[in-house]
Amino acid sequence: MAAAPKIKLDVVTPEKLVYSEQVDLIEAPAIDGLIGIWPKHAPLVTAMKIGTVRVVKEGEETQIAISNGFMEVQPDQINLVVRTAELPEEIDIERAEAARERAEEKLEKGHENVDFARAEAAYDRALARLKAAGHHDHGYDRL
Amino acid sequence: MQNMRDIQRRIGSVKNTQKITRAMKMVAAAKLKNAQDRAEDARPFFNKTVEVLRGVFTRTKEATHPLLAEREGGRHLVIVITGDRGLCGAYNHKVIDAAEEIVETEEEVSLMVLGRKARDYFRRLETDIMAEYVQLDDYPGYGFSNNLADEIIHHFEAEDVNKVSLVYTHFNSAISQSVKTMQLLPVEKFEEEAEAEAAEVEEQEQMDAETAGEEAEAKKYVDYIFEPSPAEVFANILPQYLINVIYSALLESKASEFGARMTAMDSATENANEMIDKLTLKYNRARQAEITKEITEIVGGAEALK
Repeated sequence: MAAAPKIKLDVVTPEKLVYSEQVDLIEAPAIDGLIGIWPKHAPLVTAMKIGTVRVVKEGEETQIAISNGFMEVQPDQINLVVRTAELPEEIDIERAEAARERAEEKLEKGHENVDFARAEAAYDRALARLKAAGHHDHGYDRL
Repeated sequence: MQNMRDIQRRIGSVKNTQKITRAMKMVAAAKLKNAQDRAEDARPFFNKTVEVLRGVFTRTKEATHPLLAEREGGRHLVIVITGDRGLCGAYNHKVIDAAEEIVETEEEVSLMVLGRKARDYFRRLETDIMAEYVQLDDYPGYGFSNNLADEIIHHFEAEDVNKVSLVYTHFNSAISQSVKTMQLLPVEKFEEEAEAEAAEVEEQEQMDAETAGEEAEAKKYVDYIFEPSPAEVFANILPQYLINVIYSALLESKASEFGARMTAMDSATENANEMIDKLTLKYNRARQAEITKEITEIVGGAEALK
């Protein structure tokens, strides 16, 4: 049997090239919803929102927490250019948890001098990190 | 022959200067390491950003967005990135030269200056300065470029300016940096396209060139799917393109500044060494002459007593 087709995934941030592997498929949070990319996908460009990218490589699943950026897809190549991207092992769970609590507090108070959009973005980032790190004990339906 | 004490004093002053240049070299070297790492780490990000976006614009004809609008004439905004301090060889001057060249050729120019050196220079020339930022961080953050990009987008969309360029220094290595000029807005297509278009003045010919290029690069022309729509995608990724490019340019410029300063201070320290050697030789000669003179005087005196 011929080997299953693969697609190259490059995840780049200003700090470094986070991920560069041949993968089976990915599922990523585009601005208008989750989008699944398999090898030989038609060329596509889209913007990304904060969330987690599910990457399947040789049957194994990895979650990468990302924030805003964009993605270009070619039949054999995915370029994911984002502001931040973290692999599960790089995520500081305690910090993310603290960030989530802080953001939640701000959102609940929700009035004087709280920049709502910023607090919400912080909340989403924290959730994405927690989700990527495999902490599923909160309501992550949001992402 | 110079007085011995004068020479000694000069040696002392050169030594003091050398202490300063040596310390500056060390500081620059330490900062360079950090800045260089950051600039080099950001490079794949920068390259991908430019590659992907320009690629998309080159290969898509339906690209329409306020930030892609090509307007004739009008004001040209030039963003100039220099350092805040001197003592770094020709680093600041090279950037200023490149920027001045643009200023001289364009009719209407405004500047956005980053770094005290550029600000002071263009203030003296009384060039119109739209915005100035001094005392930049040694390691610029992403948020700062975010603000800059917002400001640029604001001016471009308000049609205050019709073209935006960026002059910065690209970091090749600690001893080699090169000044680069890059057009930010409207976003340039890939160079082969630009050249092909520039070569053809008449519109009809231009059309031909485009079709020829299309055949030659049939593979490169791709019908992109835009999710959810081209307008929305561009609205999202164009600002990010600007931020990314400015961020990288800032990092590159900072690394270059430290590199240039380190090299300049290194050669200054070396020159001081040379100078000290020469002065020491001079001092010893003067000392010997003095001794010889004294001996002659003593011998002369003794002779006279006989």
